Amino acid sequence: MIEFENVAYSYGGGELLSDVSVKLAPGSFHFLTGPSGSGKTTLMKLCYGALLPTAGHVSLFGNDVRNMDRDEIAMVRRRVGVVHQDCQFLNHLPLVDNIGLPLTVSGRHAETGGEDLSELLSWVGLTNRKDALPPELSGGERQRAALARAVIMSPDVVLADEPTGNVDWEMSQRLLRLLVELNKMGKTVLIATHDLGLIRATKAQVQARVLRIANRRIQLAGADL
Amino acid sequence: MKMLRTAMQALWSGDRQADRVVPPSGFTAQLTLFAAATMAFLAVFALALSLASGRLADIWGQQLARTATIRVVAPVDQRAAQTSAALRILETTKGVASARALTDAEQQALLAPWFGADLAIDALPVPRLIEIVEDSDGMDVDGLRLRLAAEVPGAVLDNHSRWREPLVKAASRLRLLGWVSTVLIVASLAAMVTLAAHAALSANAQVIAVLRLVGATDGYIAQAFIRRFTLRALAGAAGGTAVGMLAILLLPTSTDTGAFLTGLGFQGWHWLVPLIVPFLSGGVAFAATGAAARRTLKGLA
Repeated sequence: MIEFENVAYSYGGGELLSDVSVKLAPGSFHFLTGPSGSGKTTLMKLCYGALLPTAGHVSLFGNDVRNMDRDEIAMVRRRVGVVHQDCQFLNHLPLVDNIGLPLTVSGRHAETGGEDLSELLSWVGLTNRKDALPPELSGGERQRAALARAVIMSPDVVLADEPTGNVDWEMSQRLLRLLVELNKMGKTVLIATHDLGLIRATKAQVQARVLRIANRRIQLAGADL
Repeated sequence: MKMLRTAMQALWSGDRQADRVVPPSGFTAQLTLFAAATMAFLAVFALALSLASGRLADIWGQQLARTATIRVVAPVDQRAAQTSAALRILETTKGVASARALTDAEQQALLAPWFGADLAIDALPVPRLIEIVEDSDGMDVDGLRLRLAAEVPGAVLDNHSRWREPLVKAASRLRLLGWVSTVLIVASLAAMVTLAAHAALSANAQVIAVLRLVGATDGYIAQAFIRRFTLRALAGAAGGTAVGMLAILLLPTSTDTGAFLTGLGFQGWHWLVPLIVPFLSGGVAFAATGAAARRTLKGLA
């Protein structure tokens, strides 16, 4: 589904990632951990074509990302739901329109919009906030809304970059349950986090691989997690 | 090419949802409208100037090119004889379709603006005028001049070229300047729309990033901006064109004694020409915004 083969990424003369080989198989659940600045977000961006590797190969759904044009990368992004730490919404649109944005840009709003949106809003517990503008939402509400937007196209892969970074423990558990639920529906999930408590809590619910970035390379984390 | 096709389809059909993804920008929208309206207004005047100059050049070029005048300057007692001699020469001159001496009444009418209607023309040494109309082959002006010099010493041939050619040249230049002005106005509109589109794209970098994140293609993002700027330019230019045409309509009308300025305007089917200005402005905005969007989006991840 998403495969890295000896991938390196350099920026500003320094190498952030080196010789990274990893495969996200369909239906798998991965955590990506490592200290701040270790390259977690960079690796996530390589997973949906926002960055191109400086060496090695990144294969997205069987195609080398280097051989894809911008429209093909846009199509990949419809199959990869992304939740950023800062969520990234269109602040002039109400929440319901932000969540439905992937449907709008893919021209599927008219055919599937209303029903899917209502279900999703209910799933993430934001039905009564659907008309609120993003700046009016709390951190937890924004994260849940970002998750709803990430999954509205029923993507094959969900990438979450520090999804619990701005929320309290209770909310992070709630978000985690939603991500586990998605994985049980067959979605591939990759969560970048340095929250070891979150990883331990997840491993109790689902079989998850933990990848650690250390010294620019990926290592499989040991039993300490 | 693909982006162009998508943008054309979107422009034609419209997409309410797509229109909403780019936040409204009141101030820049008003500026684009104002710039398009102003440019269209100026373009209408440039077109009017160009078309009126063209008409004048045609009139001066065509109507006067086939006519000539002979002035018979002779003492009163010889004037009739010399006039008859000149007319006889003209009858046998190849290329002359018709020739006739102006009557006293006609000459009096010609002089009336300066000397009044009661002028006693017989008492003055006014030369007799002979009006010549050439046929399509034209006459040998130099040959005629030589014959007249030999047989009618008081006759002076004037084929109008001395003052007609500079006038036709000036009118043609004015027409060219009018068209150049129109092209410059359209180019200025393109530059303004490009600047406004660049500003809008830069101001909405975050919006574009979010759209790319959720799978929007460059064509989709571009069309949201293209549609907005094209419709603004079209609307602004339509207003500017309407005001410009109204202003031209209210100009003093051309009269028999009217000069160039009273003839500045549109006549007949020329009134349809300024109607292309809004569509031209819309097309320019469409192309300029599309080019700006393509350049900006290519630089983004």
